[in-house]
Amino acid sequence: MPKPSKGPRLASGPSHEKLMLSGLAAALFRDERIRTTEAKAKRLRPVAERLITLGKAGDVSSRRRALAVVEDRDIIHKLFDDIAPRFASRNGGYTRILKLGPRKGDAAPMALIELVEGEVAEAKPSRPTEEGRRTRGIRRKRRPAADSPEPVDETESAEAVEETEEPQQPKAAEAPTETEGEGADEEAKAPEESPAELAVVTEELPPQKLEAKDAAAEAADEEAREAQAGPPRGSDKEFKDR
Amino acid sequence: MPTPKRKKSRSTTRHRKAQWKLESPPKATCPQCHAPKMPHRVCGKCGYYAGREVVEIE
Repeated sequence: MPKPSKGPRLASGPSHEKLMLSGLAAALFRDERIRTTEAKAKRLRPVAERLITLGKAGDVSSRRRALAVVEDRDIIHKLFDDIAPRFASRNGGYTRILKLGPRKGDAAPMALIELVEGEVAEAKPSRPTEEGRRTRGIRRKRRPAADSPEPVDETESAEAVEETEEPQQPKAAEAPTETEGEGADEEAKAPEESPAELAVVTEELPPQKLEAKDAAAEAADEEAREAQAGPPRGSDKEFKDR
Repeated sequence: MPTPKRKKSRSTTRHRKAQWKLESPPKATCPQCHAPKMPHRVCGKCGYYAGREVVEIE
């Protein structure tokens, strides 16, 4: 495995490392801000910044060189047409790494890596990364940001968006359809906001499930205690199944 | 092979081990909410770092 110019080696081999960095870069450009371990964030930084530099060059040759790293045309398109122009007046230092402290479970030091010129960097919540989703017990509520845009503005802008950004609608529609009640307005919202909704949905669910599970477990415990005097088969079995 | 002539007494061992001390981790306080936090890390209480809200925390 080649020795990285900076930082530790990642993953189990050169190809695996390459894929991991490519995936992280794709996620960073898609979500503008991702949460990962410090080691990965530090390795990702040079990769991502080189890609942005390619994006600033903007010619076909650099586009192909970028595609050799991140093989996702949508993301490279966003990188070249949306992200790179934001950094026109900046020479390097396109990303920011914020340290978050140890992760629950394995105490791995976590970090947040984001684009310095993020789209509304302050207000925009990120979608949890694959890793973040798998990590249990970390509380990250980002509701206020998702709720903050004023409803009046939304409907107005939504109409405007509907006319101008017809091809981007499918993206917004990909978000889970818990917005049925609000209907077309919600779906027509700018695609940047759909990740926010996603984040809220994914983060809201687990606690409820847990509570439900706890309640069920308690009920089962009580049943088992009652059953100790004269155990009916049914409840006993139920307890074992759990 | 040279070997120690005497068993190290309990006292010697314990005197030696008494010098092994834990260092306390570095401490800092959050300038935003004054909760203790680790230096150069985002505050876990209020989610602030470098004067702006970075992570939203319930």
